[in-house]
Amino acid sequence: MSAPLPASAPASRAPGAALIFKNAAISALVALVLFSLMIGVRTEAGPDGQLTYWTRFGELATVVALVFGGSIIVELLRQWWGPASETKIIPPSVQNGLAVAGRWIGPVLLVFAILIPVIFYNERYLLDLSILVLTYVMLGWGLNVVVGLAGLLDLGYVAFYAVGAYSYALLATNFGLSFWICLPLAGILAAFCGVLLGFPVLRLRGDYLAIVTLAFGEIIRLVLINWQSLTGGPNGVTGIPRPTLFGIPLTPADDGLAALLRIEFSPTHRIVFLFYLILALALITNWVTIRLRRLPIGRAWEALREDEVACRALGINTTTTKLTAFATGAMFGGFAGAFFATRQGFISPESFTFHESALVLAIVVLGGMGSQLGVVLAAIAMIGGFELFRGLDQYRMLVFGLAMVLLMIWRPRGLIGHRAPTVFLEKNQAISSDLVKEGHG
Amino acid sequence: MDYFAQQLINGLVLGSIYGLIAIGYTMVYGIVGMINFAHGDIFMIGGFIALITFLILVSFGLTAIPLILLVVLLVSMAITALYGWTVERIAYRPLRHSFRLAPMLSAIGMSFVLTNFSQVSQGARVKPVPPIITGGHTLHEGADGFVVQLSNIQIIVVITTVVLLALFTWLVSRTRLGRDMRACEQDQTMAALLGVDVDRTISMTFVIGAALAAVAGMMYLLYYGLVDFFMGFVAGIKAFTAAVLGGIGSLPGAMLGGLLIGLIETLWSAYFSVEYKDVAAFSILIVVLIFLPTGLLGRPEVEKV
Repeated sequence: MSAPLPASAPASRAPGAALIFKNAAISALVALVLFSLMIGVRTEAGPDGQLTYWTRFGELATVVALVFGGSIIVELLRQWWGPASETKIIPPSVQNGLAVAGRWIGPVLLVFAILIPVIFYNERYLLDLSILVLTYVMLGWGLNVVVGLAGLLDLGYVAFYAVGAYSYALLATNFGLSFWICLPLAGILAAFCGVLLGFPVLRLRGDYLAIVTLAFGEIIRLVLINWQSLTGGPNGVTGIPRPTLFGIPLTPADDGLAALLRIEFSPTHRIVFLFYLILALALITNWVTIRLRRLPIGRAWEALREDEVACRALGINTTTTKLTAFATGAMFGGFAGAFFATRQGFISPESFTFHESALVLAIVVLGGMGSQLGVVLAAIAMIGGFELFRGLDQYRMLVFGLAMVLLMIWRPRGLIGHRAPTVFLEKNQAISSDLVKEGHG
Repeated sequence: MDYFAQQLINGLVLGSIYGLIAIGYTMVYGIVGMINFAHGDIFMIGGFIALITFLILVSFGLTAIPLILLVVLLVSMAITALYGWTVERIAYRPLRHSFRLAPMLSAIGMSFVLTNFSQVSQGARVKPVPPIITGGHTLHEGADGFVVQLSNIQIIVVITTVVLLALFTWLVSRTRLGRDMRACEQDQTMAALLGVDVDRTISMTFVIGAALAAVAGMMYLLYYGLVDFFMGFVAGIKAFTAAVLGGIGSLPGAMLGGLLIGLIETLWSAYFSVEYKDVAAFSILIVVLIFLPTGLLGRPEVEKV
């Protein structure tokens, strides 16, 4: 990072055309070396197992030209954009605007969410997509308790999602328990796993914590793959029962909901039901989190995030604080997992890779760590964006990774980069999230 | 006993490869304080570049194996090092003074980019190569007919690792660059005040780490005879586990951790079950960290108020 130049010398900030051109040429040269073998040469195993290769200099030239043009455009955009401001306290005018927007965006989004099945009743694809987004919103809110509030970096959140999903799938297929009995059980089992993970990591901080949670997530996935007699191994669990409306199945059968209400059966009923189910679950997560933030335990979480040593000095029991954070976050993950299992009807370890953990963590961080509304916006942006690029097929993950890098560079503090503290002296004042600590783990 | 000796050899060879990757993690962590999640994928890119260079050289009619190996080694080190430099420049440098999670997520994003870049550009199928170095030595023939083998590839992997480690230790302890690196590790602001070019030093750290990962990638290619676009993830996690096990930030620790993880994995698959070898490696990590929260050779982190 170059040293900040004084604001009084704007002329020296803007590099001239020659310099931009030179930088672009250097970028293109670097790209040429980087891609010379990886793009310029394509290898493939022939029919007899012998590797062959052929050259693709056309593609190589295209990519290098793109890098050259791209770096010129980026530099021009950077000049046009101007330097970023570095204020820590949000100016009052912006604060008022944010307050008004904050007061309205939440309810408006909520009303819109409730109306989605009415508006898009015939758009099956959109309904499915909104269910997916809501699942990630719920996961994001669950992880937000651990990462955003307690400041404990968890890279294995998907483990709890998996525990919830498998709990429901196995209990329902082996013992015939209904969804409404399994849902709390899945939550309890996931919370239990959260405590199980919490104990060994109590003394760990920062990146040690990150790697242990990552290892925990991988262990759970590997056990799911290898414990064939219980989990069905890589083939997963099939035939997971669909949810019922408190015992009334959503089927065309005589005792189904459609027959009881004397309306014509449509498979969309089930989708709409699933939509409201996940919406309710997500809202419960949100409500519980908001309430917990105002309870002593929630205050203790945030204190832990800001300074663990001070926390201990003030007599907060960090052991129970950390364990409850892990357990609460894991419980919501478990609920979401049970919902995932009942929605899909089929689960396999494929669905619970590190990629999912990274995606949920990206949603939380991009949402602005600890901001409930931010998580919603980030989930819509990430999942919606991911769906937009469905047509790109194999380039989709490439674009996704690039987007993640660029978003982090653009807004390291997330989309909602301000915070309304729950405790304040005299006057509530929104602060930049630069002032919020991220916790030591 | 013979069986154990054979597993010990295999484990040490695998451990050398993990150790080479782990050095990259631990070096970057020591200086910048972040987990370079893309490092495993840098290792994978190194393997791919070694494979492509090898193919090109063979198709040009080169037959002298030592010459081929030397050229492949140098080319893959050079190009992979440039990958390391570019990743740092694009994804990490703008976030250097940002909060801790931002560079980490950017690194995870970069890891997705590299994985999928090589999938898109080189295809998803596994790339096998015929054994390049063949032959070996029989160390001991047991009464029951079990033969303890030491193959030439294993010798090459171990020798390369030892030579590189010696070179690397010399670099860190005796050269100007190494002194700059150690200075940046202790206090970046102070180092900058004393005339150390911090940006350049950090770039060089990534370059050296990537070059070592490229060597590991080439050794993997020689030893296992295949590369694929997804191999960076698992190898990366294991190497990071090794770095943490040895005490992150400690260079001898990284090598020690790598050897331990290699041994645990090999012995576990030999005596218990192949399926759970990764579970064993990760469980050992968790157990070690419960009792030694800073790894085997790591310095205890004292927080002053």
